[in-house]
Amino acid sequence: MASPVKVLDTFGSGFVHRALAALRLKGVPYELIQEDMSNKSELLLKHNPIHKKVPVLLHGDRAVCESLVIVEYIDEAFNGPPLLPADPYERAMARFWAQFIDQKFAGPFWMSFWSTDDESRQGIMMEAKQNLLLLEAQLQGKRFFGGDSIGLVDIAGSALAHWLGVFQEISGVALLTDDEYPVLCQWAKCYTDDETVKQCLPKRDELVAYFTANKERYKILANAMLQK
Amino acid sequence: MAGGNGELKLVGEWASPFVTRVKLLLHIKGLSYEYVEEDLRNKSELLLSSNPVHKSVPVLIHDGKPICESQIILQYIDEVYASTGPSLLPADPYERAVARFWTAYIDDKIATPWDRLFRAKTDEERAEAMKQLFTAVEALEGGFKESSKGKDFFGGDSVGYLDIIVGSLVSWVKATSVLAGAELINAAKMPLLAAWMERFCELDAAKAILQDVDALVEHGRMLMAKNAARASK
Repeated sequence: MASPVKVLDTFGSGFVHRALAALRLKGVPYELIQEDMSNKSELLLKHNPIHKKVPVLLHGDRAVCESLVIVEYIDEAFNGPPLLPADPYERAMARFWAQFIDQKFAGPFWMSFWSTDDESRQGIMMEAKQNLLLLEAQLQGKRFFGGDSIGLVDIAGSALAHWLGVFQEISGVALLTDDEYPVLCQWAKCYTDDETVKQCLPKRDELVAYFTANKERYKILANAMLQK
Repeated sequence: MAGGNGELKLVGEWASPFVTRVKLLLHIKGLSYEYVEEDLRNKSELLLSSNPVHKSVPVLIHDGKPICESQIILQYIDEVYASTGPSLLPADPYERAVARFWTAYIDDKIATPWDRLFRAKTDEERAEAMKQLFTAVEALEGGFKESSKGKDFFGGDSVGYLDIIVGSLVSWVKATSVLAGAELINAAKMPLLAAWMERFCELDAAKAILQDVDALVEHGRMLMAKNAARASK
């Protein structure tokens, strides 16, 4: 009997979604354990003592942390359609763009949406837009970054597909628009419409409500990030 | 451009521990390559065209195709040259995840304060960065325990992925210890890692590739002086 798979989760997390998308694409059943991040459980602190964050994947007695590490683990530990290409050079390219998304999009996008320092924000937004252009160029007429099916880079970029629209609506800041990024916007639609992946995407209206409620806190966080 | 003949070219910079990683692996695998030393203050056409996104080293160019980012390069070499020399990443997916986890930890939680240490403009900034760096490094003792499972190396009986990742930092560890006036890998607090470091330095690859510590101390002093001077202008 295969070991059970559990994922430590918290509502609205794009990082948790990455793990769940990978599990669903591989056809691996899992159980969600909800965490209250303002009151972290013993289980979370035991299995992710270094970062104390979600997602954590529990597979039998193994604990895997860090969303992209989890996605590669899922790809390697379970059978099912591969999330990375077979060719080593193509694999290197997939890992490169997944890492690019991780490095270039989280912080700068956060600051673009929430920071109230308009001058600094302009510079950051310009950089964010340039990076979106680089990403758009990678799609090159493909349905997904992974080709015909969803792969590592699509999963890494899932927050762009689903969460970005929510942040744009709440903050009034437009980064990813149809006019400027037609290919990326089309990709976003393909990702969020995908039968497998959409089962683990949080409902859009719930995300809007959740992030709207926490808006003031994000502004403080974003301004603090700008100071660094 | 000639293709398909397996030509390897590495674009690097002598002080960079990320470049050291790739050199260590190429040495262990017994692979020959052309090395191009970059002046990062005056980046070459080769570097800018082969790494337009980050414009950084290392870049491995294999049959004219560039691969960037040290961890990605290591995995690429390990996969393409799987039948040449020892394998770097373990076969087991969980052990691979452990290796990748600690690599991400090092490249984020350790590299960030380390970088800040040399870019610090004031004594206070430097002291704070030093404190964060020392704290972040201490967690590696646990990483070694988890990965080595009581054996000599992160990779177990023989050198593996994390040995290269951490090993590439050894000359910088020693140089930073000189500059800080305190051992970054303190044998009392981190006995396993301290013992591992001695063992690592005995390896042929380490002797051939690791930078001269005095040269790095000199380099570190220069970086610190440059950034402090900028602040007082």
